[in-house]
Amino acid sequence: MTAATLTREGTAAAPATRRRPPRPARVVLHLFLGAVAVGWLFPILWAVLTSLRSYEYTATHGYVSLGGWTFDNYLTAWRTAEFGKHFLNSVYITVPAVLLTLFLASCVAFVIARFSWKVNIALLGLFTAANLLPQQALLIPLFRMFTEIPLPAWLSDSELLYDSYWGLILVNVAFQCGFCVFVLSNYMKALPHELYEAAMVDGASVWRQYWQVTMPLCRPALAALATLEVTWIYNEFFWATVLMRTGDKFPVTSSLNNLRGEFFTDNNLVSAGSVLVAIPTLVIFFLLQKQFVRGLTLGASKG
Amino acid sequence: MSDLPLIQADRAVAPPAATTTRGRGRRLRLLSRTDRVVITLMVLVPLILVVGLVWLPALATVLLSGTNWDGIGPLGEIDWVGLKNYDDVVNIYPPFVPAIQNNLLWLAALFVVATPFGMFLAVLLDKELRGSRFYQTALYLPVVLSLALIGFVWQLIYSRDQGLLNALLGGETDWYGDPHVNIWAVLVAAGWRHVGYIMLLYLAGLKGVDPSLREAAAVDGSSEASTFFRVVFPVLRPINIIVLVVTVIESLRAFDLVWVINKGRNGLELISALVTANVVGEASRIGFGSALATIMLVVSLVFITLYLATVMREDKR
Repeated sequence: MTAATLTREGTAAAPATRRRPPRPARVVLHLFLGAVAVGWLFPILWAVLTSLRSYEYTATHGYVSLGGWTFDNYLTAWRTAEFGKHFLNSVYITVPAVLLTLFLASCVAFVIARFSWKVNIALLGLFTAANLLPQQALLIPLFRMFTEIPLPAWLSDSELLYDSYWGLILVNVAFQCGFCVFVLSNYMKALPHELYEAAMVDGASVWRQYWQVTMPLCRPALAALATLEVTWIYNEFFWATVLMRTGDKFPVTSSLNNLRGEFFTDNNLVSAGSVLVAIPTLVIFFLLQKQFVRGLTLGASKG
Repeated sequence: MSDLPLIQADRAVAPPAATTTRGRGRRLRLLSRTDRVVITLMVLVPLILVVGLVWLPALATVLLSGTNWDGIGPLGEIDWVGLKNYDDVVNIYPPFVPAIQNNLLWLAALFVVATPFGMFLAVLLDKELRGSRFYQTALYLPVVLSLALIGFVWQLIYSRDQGLLNALLGGETDWYGDPHVNIWAVLVAAGWRHVGYIMLLYLAGLKGVDPSLREAAAVDGSSEASTFFRVVFPVLRPINIIVLVVTVIESLRAFDLVWVINKGRNGLELISALVTANVVGEASRIGFGSALATIMLVVSLVFITLYLATVMREDKR
């Protein structure tokens, strides 16, 4: 009520009273924000800077200096840490996990949005809450479960769900589904219901309504979620650390932990390794920034 | 099997309006057998996955915390020990108290410093500023990095012999290693990421505020600060709650950063790291682990409920 009255008054009076803030305040604001922004970028820029300098040079001249430019750290880091292999592992895990998450989540979201059954609220709560639980709280039973469930040798050389890509994919899907169900069901609820009436008249089955009516309309939300989920699953550290054993099978983010020993005495190598690991997420960030932000904020607020 | 009760449940719902109910009732009866099988599968497959890999393990954790299972032996040999594990964790497990302290410190640091700072930056960036996009990008760049990676990035600043901080200050502090300072060093890195995240969430919330609200307040002669606190902040109640929950859950789930540094020991104890160390570490004590895990679960469920209540209420509007 109050909002409505305020709105009317506000729109009427607004053009006349919009005042420009005094210039000096703006200058201070820009100085402050500029300083904060530079401060925020600094750790990343420092990592890039360090990674491009030779260890010998920084060892003699200290890090607060300039010079000793080289690209060798990247080559050494790539070779020693076998980044090629680990990047590939990340792809094996991230791509199927993201596709499966989006598919399964959109199925549930469709049913929740399309039909107004009472259980839908419980279902939505069950999925959304699962995404927010602390992973460590599930570790003990899950660890045991994974070491008990056998897999045929052609699926995983560990012959168990433990230490297999499948196990990691499944656990990531189970965890990420909730967030996607929440976002997608909100998105689908906003679609006009008449669409389905029309589809029903045409005799379209539920599956066709889902796949040919709803899904194409959800492309923006799916794109945003895909961007976000790729980043999250690529960045996932905990499950891979505890549910994998074979060093060769670790995805990039968790393989970082193994690099520690090898790189310990050489910060220039550490920084080159860090930059290499960050590159995929930075590429996503700069190319798909809009999608990324949309995905994050879709979850928090509608719109 | 499970599709039948679903449909009956719908019939029990009070009709919001006569016309739509009639339409809906007809629609449901129109669902063919295949449609019902498809709907069941669409819900059941993801449900089995989430219940099997998230909710059942959560329940099992709670149950295990009351037993003396060693994690290796057959499940048949489990004995019920009541609250003994909790008693042991509190009384004879030295890292417990530091872990609780660190988790609370983590929460306090995010809640008192990082979250308000992120909100403050969002309010500043919400004005129509030239270059606002650059500032935003810089601030949430850390959000795309994993916390594990952030541990490595900050090592370049904190390292004792090769770090920037000691080079500038001329000190000899091992910022990650010294148990007196390392939690603070880690909190700076965690806050660095958290500020950007909160800024992003809050900025989205602010964009959704009806601009005429602010204009009306300005007409009434309200200053910018009091407009924010009296008009904008109350309107943003849902996003405020979400930010609160995100802050609590993030500080409860904090793990990656301390695990890459030293596996959560020597000043960096966290509940999450203790649970993990008790399962995959050398000295595995499932009893301690599951009691600690249950504590995490209970705390998180309180805030998850708050979160769900908020977002679902939003839904109904």
